[in-house]
Amino acid sequence: MTEKTLVLTDVVKRYPNGALAVDRVNVDVNAGELVVFVGPSGCGKSTLLRMVAGLETVTDGSIELAGRVVNDLEPAERDIAMVFQNYALYPHMSVRKNLSYGLKNRGLPADEINRRVEEAAEILEIGAFLDRKPSQLSGGQRQRVAMGRAIVRHPAIFLFDEPLSNLDARLRNRMRVEIRKLQRRLNTAMIYVTHDQVEAMTLADRIVVLNGGRVEQIGSPAEVYGDPASTFVASFIGAPPMNLIEVGIEAGRAMRDGVALPLPPSHDGALPAKAIWGLRPERARVGDDGNGIPFTIDVVEELGASRLLHGRIGGAEFTLQQDASAPPPSQATTLLIDPRDVHLFDAETGKAL
Amino acid sequence: MKSAQFDSRFGPYLLLLPQMAVISIFFLWPAAEAVWASFFLEDPFFGTRVFVGLENYVTALTSDDYARAAWFTVIFTAVVTLATLGIGMWLAVAADNVLRGNNTYKTLLMWVYAIAPPVAGLIGVMLFDQHIGPLVDFVALFGHEMQVGVSWWDTAIAMMIVASWKQIPYTFIFVLSGLQSIPNSVREAAAIDCRSSIRRFWTVIFPLLAPTTFFLMIVNITYALFETFGIIDLMVKGEPGNNPKTLVYKVYLDGFRGNDLGGSSAQSVILMILVLALTIVQFRLIERRIHYS
Ligand SMILES: Nc1ncnc2c1ncn2[C@@H]1O[C@H](COP(=O)(O)OP(=O)(O)O)[C@@H](O)[C@H]1O
Ligand SMILES: [Mg+2]
Repeated sequence: MTEKTLVLTDVVKRYPNGALAVDRVNVDVNAGELVVFVGPSGCGKSTLLRMVAGLETVTDGSIELAGRVVNDLEPAERDIAMVFQNYALYPHMSVRKNLSYGLKNRGLPADEINRRVEEAAEILEIGAFLDRKPSQLSGGQRQRVAMGRAIVRHPAIFLFDEPLSNLDARLRNRMRVEIRKLQRRLNTAMIYVTHDQVEAMTLADRIVVLNGGRVEQIGSPAEVYGDPASTFVASFIGAPPMNLIEVGIEAGRAMRDGVALPLPPSHDGALPAKAIWGLRPERARVGDDGNGIPFTIDVVEELGASRLLHGRIGGAEFTLQQDASAPPPSQATTLLIDPRDVHLFDAETGKAL
Repeated sequence: MKSAQFDSRFGPYLLLLPQMAVISIFFLWPAAEAVWASFFLEDPFFGTRVFVGLENYVTALTSDDYARAAWFTVIFTAVVTLATLGIGMWLAVAADNVLRGNNTYKTLLMWVYAIAPPVAGLIGVMLFDQHIGPLVDFVALFGHEMQVGVSWWDTAIAMMIVASWKQIPYTFIFVLSGLQSIPNSVREAAAIDCRSSIRRFWTVIFPLLAPTTFFLMIVNITYALFETFGIIDLMVKGEPGNNPKTLVYKVYLDGFRGNDLGGSSAQSVILMILVLALTIVQFRLIERRIHYS
């Protein structure tokens, strides 16, 4: 069994104003693992992270860090390091002091502090401005300093709350790769909070999809993408999102406006009369083998490497993603769909069937 | 910037005229008059004046009475400034802990600033009233009969308490808004980095308040030096006697009680120079504040 760095058991957060921000969440983080909390704004990601950090009280449940329940410990007593969205650097301290402040307060000897600061400065390439104040740095440099302040602590777990959302798109992509490399190199567990599903997919060992304070699904990026547990996950992860079409099930076929859609092979048995039929946009092909599905194209979007065809199957909207090298189809065409790529969800609960 | 808005080149001066007139009549002219009068010895009964050069200054600066008033002023100013800053800051920190991010309360607290100082001054003086003052009764419990306006020490202490009391709300509001402008995340980062909240205050919060503190220090020094006249007058009741007095109050006593206009003018010129120095310091600090952000 792998060692668990963090174990959240039935964690609940109710704010004093009555808002239930986190509702019975169970999540583990293994040693050295990078877990991403992802979900739309207001789903409780930050609240959950801040509870781990000790910045919010725990209404119910337990938070166990490195084998020790930390519910009632002060943030400084927990073995964590956090990177804030707006970096939260100390404006009156030089970069060097920003890094060493926490270590000094924990009574580390001066030479050890220096060693760690130099080490972090080298890893993050911030050695050249150790004596500058944060106001004299660019956004990207501040971001690095904020990470430096976290890594000098050698914590049991890193907590990153949307650390890249204040950077421009190019820098964000670069830093994303760097964070992944850094985490691999330090081999320290990390929780990374983001609302950006691309960040989640590219960074995570495991993704925790949150919705309205609850866990929708936990799994590797491939699992969450390939086998979404609900329509929420299916439409949140992946861009463009999965096509979801309300269908009626008649005689073992999914029917929408008189068009028959294939059902997944494992679901020939008992199915409800109504369901939601799902297919990733890149999983259909233009073609005809005699019983292709009629598809009317409304708009074509060229994305360079690929092309999006927005149109309709019956009355339902459907988007198809195809290689830009494929010949552009005419306005009305037919689609070929492999039944094994089809997902079915409960029409009421949205859960996968 | 373009000045095309004005048709005539005299337009701007015309607009400035009322302000310049007010400054001239109420500040420049009396100031010039004071400088001029400080070089003369004036006979209050016959209205004759004799030019005496710097003698008024020499007399003022070498007199024992002046030295005593100067000493008292220094101590009075230091005590009032520090007490006001200390207590105001302490109250603001306590309030800030309760108020974090609550705008309704913040607006309510602005009323403290609007209402409190004049009322506080009045109440403060009443606290030490010989007949109905609760503080006089309180001290009497310990067997000491306070005689504000008669006993030097009692008067000095009462002056300092009332003067600080009156200025605390102002300090409180400024420190509070300074505290509220420190981002929450910086406090939280500090909470992760440092266990002791007292140490956090002195290493993170207090340094971030430094611009506000400098500003308030200058304001409070100016206040203690010049704006406490009313309080002192209420306590001393125009009877210099054995009472402590500040330099500003002495200007008034010597000029209007002692009828020594020349000496009084010389003293006010000395004070004007002091104000000038303080103003320069204040401008320097404000410049630095701008560099801060
Ligand atoms: N201090 C607070 N008091 C009351 N409600 C809060 C507070 N902070 C957050 N919330 C609420 O809790 C929910 C989750 O917030 P948050 O964890 O910040 O979401 P996220 O980080 O996923 O965007 C939101 O509905 C938000 O309005
Ligand atoms: Mg958030």
